[in-house]
Amino acid sequence: MTQTFYLLRNQAVPDIDRIEVYEANQGYQALRKALKEYEPKALVEMVKASGLRGRGGAGFPTGMKWSFLPDDGRPRYLVVNSDEAEPGTFKDRELIEKNPHLLIEGMIISSYATGAREAYIYCRGEFLFGSEQLKRAVAEAYQRGYLGENILDSGFSLDIKVYRGAGAYICGEESALLESLEGKRGNPRLKPPFPAVAGLYGMPTVVNNVETICNLPPLVENGPEWYRSMGTEKSPGLKIMSVSGHVNRPGNYEIPLATPLRALIEEYAGGVKGGRQVKAVIPGGSSVPVMTKDQLDTPLDYESILAAGSMLGSGGCIVIDDQTCMVAVSARLLKFYREESCGKCTPCREGTFWMTDVLERMEAGEGTPHDLDLIRDMADNIAGKCFCPLGDAALGVVVSAMKYFPDEFEAHVTEHTCPMGARLYDTVNH
Amino acid sequence: MKPEWELWAQEAKAEFPKANSALLPLLHRIQSQEHYLSEDTIRDVAVLLKLPVPYVESVASFYSLYYKNPVGKRIIHVCMGLSCALNGSDELMHHLEGKLGIQEGQTTPDGEVSLLEAECLAACNLAPVAQVNLRFVGPVTEDTADQLLTGEVKS
Ligand SMILES: Cc1cc2nc3c(=O)[nH]c(=O)nc-3n(C[C@H](O)[C@H](O)[C@H](O)COP(=O)(O)O)c2cc1C
Ligand code: SF4
Ligand code: FES
Repeated sequence: MTQTFYLLRNQAVPDIDRIEVYEANQGYQALRKALKEYEPKALVEMVKASGLRGRGGAGFPTGMKWSFLPDDGRPRYLVVNSDEAEPGTFKDRELIEKNPHLLIEGMIISSYATGAREAYIYCRGEFLFGSEQLKRAVAEAYQRGYLGENILDSGFSLDIKVYRGAGAYICGEESALLESLEGKRGNPRLKPPFPAVAGLYGMPTVVNNVETICNLPPLVENGPEWYRSMGTEKSPGLKIMSVSGHVNRPGNYEIPLATPLRALIEEYAGGVKGGRQVKAVIPGGSSVPVMTKDQLDTPLDYESILAAGSMLGSGGCIVIDDQTCMVAVSARLLKFYREESCGKCTPCREGTFWMTDVLERMEAGEGTPHDLDLIRDMADNIAGKCFCPLGDAALGVVVSAMKYFPDEFEAHVTEHTCPMGARLYDTVNH
Repeated sequence: MKPEWELWAQEAKAEFPKANSALLPLLHRIQSQEHYLSEDTIRDVAVLLKLPVPYVESVASFYSLYYKNPVGKRIIHVCMGLSCALNGSDELMHHLEGKLGIQEGQTTPDGEVSLLEAECLAACNLAPVAQVNLRFVGPVTEDTADQLLTGEVKS
């Protein structure tokens, strides 16, 4: 088990959210180095060479995303996605609450690299403390000359603004986020054009996740070879995994990519609670298919998890023990997507509604064998037919759970009872 | 309309001058004073930002943290997300419902406490977790559940 603290520095250094502590621990040194020793283009090349991939869920190569910005003289924006709401994921919240200067330093480096003069942090509305921490840290950074005009005498200027959302998971989707940041309802936009071409206020915009941007200071400090010394060829570097559910030590763990899932659960997170066994793991946030106890030796990198039928996603790893009902798990997650569907398109809005209804009725012992076909049929009618990825995301767990645990689903509709002998929650509450 | 709202609107516009970006920050600030956004408040905000009333209404109604109806001084959000459910969130909700004599989604008759469901609050390490006026409390145990009702609240 390798425990490093490049991103989660706060776990090793108390009070690093305060600027004087951050500075005393090499804080803002990477920024000095970037401004002094690198041209913006060289930084983009460094990010490309490092192989850093977006940590918001899709794993898109960050350097490549940055190089999509058209060189047409229009103002550019950097927007940091701090709307973290994918069930099971809680890494960005720790970063902004406990180590906000790392994000700010990363944003200044990223803005310098991409040519942005204005940057925004879109902070989830529920993160009241997180947004206060960010605002305080931004003000401190202005006071010390890391923000504003002519930063550290480099000739580079940048303003950062903190913007609070108001409760809507869909605003984590980058185009919905930009709508919300423009003071509108958070409905996703039609793509293309992608934000790189027409983003915030119609201008070229880079949208990156909090964790992605937090990689910049250690990357500039230590170089791309260091980054590539961890993980695999296609999935290099560090990832924060949020581990929750039935584990002894739920929390965020910074791991080298390709660490086995078993090590994450047993060594980092202290194993399954009560000495019970793993039944299923949702490795990358609630939008990805489940993995089973037979797949625990899978390395946690984008390719290996994909080959195992799931996705690394946001790194929100939910561990489910062997006494838990997978119909209940599926029902609970479908309810989330029903609540959070923005309602713009029919397959998602109606599909998540009816699927939740059927799953809750099954869990309550009121389902019929026909309901299983109904779920498959609804899944077919949602898959690939929605305006944004939320519709498909709703299917990941239920479809895979039906594949891996067919007996549990069968028993609910034939015996009208839960074979686990327990109901996770009472479904009449819907 | 409260006299200070005019200044708040100017400040929001100064910070976020483009498109309608001042709207969400202004709604937040006014709601933190008023506790909810009445029809009159929505109309005032529309006037302050020179926006159509139906536009402001439609934006405000999209977001779950803008309240269209009066809410309690103490708003308790209990996370019902999967990780919290695996750690007893439903029992916690039932316990609070029993203590308060209301159902989730409701406010006590004296107008003091609102009990609301939340989706995953990105604090699954604290499961089961709740927020009191958006301040995290967790993990909430059987022994500490009642502190959600009585503990000190910051606004
Ligand atoms: C429904 C939905 C919700 C999303 N929520 C988030 C989120 O909370 N945080 C995030 O960084 N990305 C989220 N994303 C991904 C963003 O659209 C976008 O890809 C990401 O912010 C890009 O940053 P990255 O390249 O650094 O990962 C979401 C996507 C979808 C479809
Ligand atoms: S798929 Fe769902 S969330 Fe996405 S646009 Fe359609 S209704 Fe909205
Ligand atoms: S499920 Fe409750 S905080 Fe994530």
